[in-house]
Amino acid sequence: MTVLQKKTGDDNVAAHLTPEDIEQIGVELDAIRQSILDQRGERDAAYIRRVIAAQRSLELGSRGVLLFSLFPPAWVVGTAGLAVAKIIENMEIGHNVMHGQWDWMRDPKIHSTTWEWDNASPSEQWKHSHNELHHTYTNVIGKDNDLGYGIMRVDEDQRWVPFYLAQPLWNFLNACFFEYGIAAYDLELGKNLASKKRRSSPEFRARAKVTLRKIRGQMTKDYVLHPLLSGPSALNTLGANYVANLVRNLWTHSVIMCGHFPDGVQTFERRSINGETRGEWYLRQMLGSANISGSKAMHFMTGNLSHQVEHHLFPDLPSNRYAEIAPQVLALFEKYDLPYVTGSLPRQVGSAWKKVVRLSLPNGFGAKAQATVLQLARPGRRDGQSAAA
Amino acid sequence: MSLTGSLLRATGPRGSLLRDRAMRLAERVTTPLLPADYLDLFDPLRAGADLRGRIVAVEPETRDAATIVIRPGADWAGHRPGQYVRIGVDVDGVRLWRAYSLTHGPRPDGHISITVKAVPDGLVSNHLVRSSRPGTLVHLEQAAGDFVLPTGGGKLLFVTAGSGITPVIGMLRNLFPVADSGVVRLARSADYDITVVHVAPREPDSIFIANLRALDEAGLIRLVARYSDVHGRLDLGELDSLVPDLSERTTFACGPSGLLEALEAHHAERGLTLLTEQFRVATIVAGEGGTVSFAKTGTTVEADGATPILDAAEEAGVLMPSGCRMGICYGCVLPMREGAVRDLRTGEVTVAEPGDGVKIQTCINAAAGACDLDH
Repeated sequence: MTVLQKKTGDDNVAAHLTPEDIEQIGVELDAIRQSILDQRGERDAAYIRRVIAAQRSLELGSRGVLLFSLFPPAWVVGTAGLAVAKIIENMEIGHNVMHGQWDWMRDPKIHSTTWEWDNASPSEQWKHSHNELHHTYTNVIGKDNDLGYGIMRVDEDQRWVPFYLAQPLWNFLNACFFEYGIAAYDLELGKNLASKKRRSSPEFRARAKVTLRKIRGQMTKDYVLHPLLSGPSALNTLGANYVANLVRNLWTHSVIMCGHFPDGVQTFERRSINGETRGEWYLRQMLGSANISGSKAMHFMTGNLSHQVEHHLFPDLPSNRYAEIAPQVLALFEKYDLPYVTGSLPRQVGSAWKKVVRLSLPNGFGAKAQATVLQLARPGRRDGQSAAA
Repeated sequence: MSLTGSLLRATGPRGSLLRDRAMRLAERVTTPLLPADYLDLFDPLRAGADLRGRIVAVEPETRDAATIVIRPGADWAGHRPGQYVRIGVDVDGVRLWRAYSLTHGPRPDGHISITVKAVPDGLVSNHLVRSSRPGTLVHLEQAAGDFVLPTGGGKLLFVTAGSGITPVIGMLRNLFPVADSGVVRLARSADYDITVVHVAPREPDSIFIANLRALDEAGLIRLVARYSDVHGRLDLGELDSLVPDLSERTTFACGPSGLLEALEAHHAERGLTLLTEQFRVATIVAGEGGTVSFAKTGTTVEADGATPILDAAEEAGVLMPSGCRMGICYGCVLPMREGAVRDLRTGEVTVAEPGDGVKIQTCINAAAGACDLDH
């Protein structure tokens, strides 16, 4: 993948579109959105209430079972249940509620302005970095920090520095501690700690305090209070909660990597979005996102982020509707001959990891290395043929 | 005695301190949610929960009106006959709030009831009359209103029009409960001398007319029913002949604003006491553009129908929360206390009746009438 606007001719996957085509795509996508708005109602409201009730029951039940986590079967069942409950809370409920997907219900308990999620990052800060920055500037190099989260290079057009040599390790650590990674990211910790001026700014300090308070609350709950409630099973419950959080971190990290990192996803140049029209914004979302194919259960457990393309086109449509509009969106891709990037979870996770490993080295390093090796292997033929290999 | 007194004083605050601590601990166990979020799964009507109720019966009154009987949550504080309740109902998934008179005096079974007449284009009233089902959860506020039955008896006149009868029927049912054996005569009701002048377009549409007639036949009230299709519009000049002892009575009136205003002028001229209750019947009609007022900052902005409220407000110097400016990030959401806005992308109109507090995205909504924002 490379910056779309830099490409010419055959390399630009959207080069065949006229400005009129792009605006027409916008009109057709608006129509798809409208068709869902027209039907949105009681059935959707019942869906999210059912999911929330089921998630809370599962969490309560799992934590109840973990009170007896001294017994290995209870530990296994409780840990699995809690991990699943946390994943559902973060993805199908939290992420989507905070997007305002359910604001239309006017229920103050299921609203983007009031929801606080079971995650280290405070909702308020996450909404800013995710809803506002990432969803507005999706895949624009230098504006969308989700491209590598500031610790990795996931695009050829991001400049290489030696720090990136270890990025497979950074990515693995980020996966294990993902919720804290998100919290640090939302605080823009790297940028804000870099200079004394930023470090001591009252705004940053206030935000850091909110984050620390949230983390303290989360840790007290999972690693002090619930273990204490378990009495003799305290240590087992502590371990169970750690494992549940770890599983949730690894899962959410993997799913989110699949959204924008796999091969075939396009990125964009900073100046290319100046004066961007609605049609062009839609086109950028279409080319900048990747789906995951799989079963209904898989879609649910990813919070329907497996429909990343549909989500990025319509971030505030209820998540239960993405599967329904996916065929219409796919038809639009085909009509305008655009690449709809999708694949199974293992394939997409593999593709994203491969890129993380490949781009830890400077561009073209592999080919150059191969050339060098070939040259070394055939010292007599220094005529440049190997460069073509 | 003094010992008990001091003991009580000692345990009172300590008890509540303990309770506070237990509550804080429970909150830490359930964070970032509240204990109530889990308890609501089991018993949404328990003490300490947000006030809710469950519909236990929907009883048709006329072809377009029904009485909704509700079991209120444990924290329902009761009501005085004549008061109203604000009720939040999910209509096609959207929570809408309306005020309705309580149409029973406090009942022995602890249930409350409202009587709703389906008005044309009335989202909530049509839903309640035609689609609400027993078992549905609704949201409530405590009863409110000063339009209540005076205690200790007296000579009263009720002037009601259409569904304006609803608060009055609550008072009358409290005074004269109807059992299987007929109307019960209570000692405390003996001192009331009541005349009801009830106005309705036609007899079949008149809610509670059977109850009123039964009370009239039992000699407990005097009913003067006036139907527009038979008697024509009520001329207040007739009131003296319809109610000969008008000057001895305190008047309670409930109905549309036209009738109430005329009655106010009529009574003021004669120096008579009048208490009125008016329900908002006029619905907000969306137009193009309008005055946007910001309650907290005290600013007023004239916005046209093509400019997002966010832009219009910022231009006028109001500090506004904002984000993507294209309707996707929900960073600009503000509560609209009353008014109408139009989504510039879809043309969809969102209306907030007073007290709704509908949260709107200011970056993609333009004023469609006067708007009052809580900011």
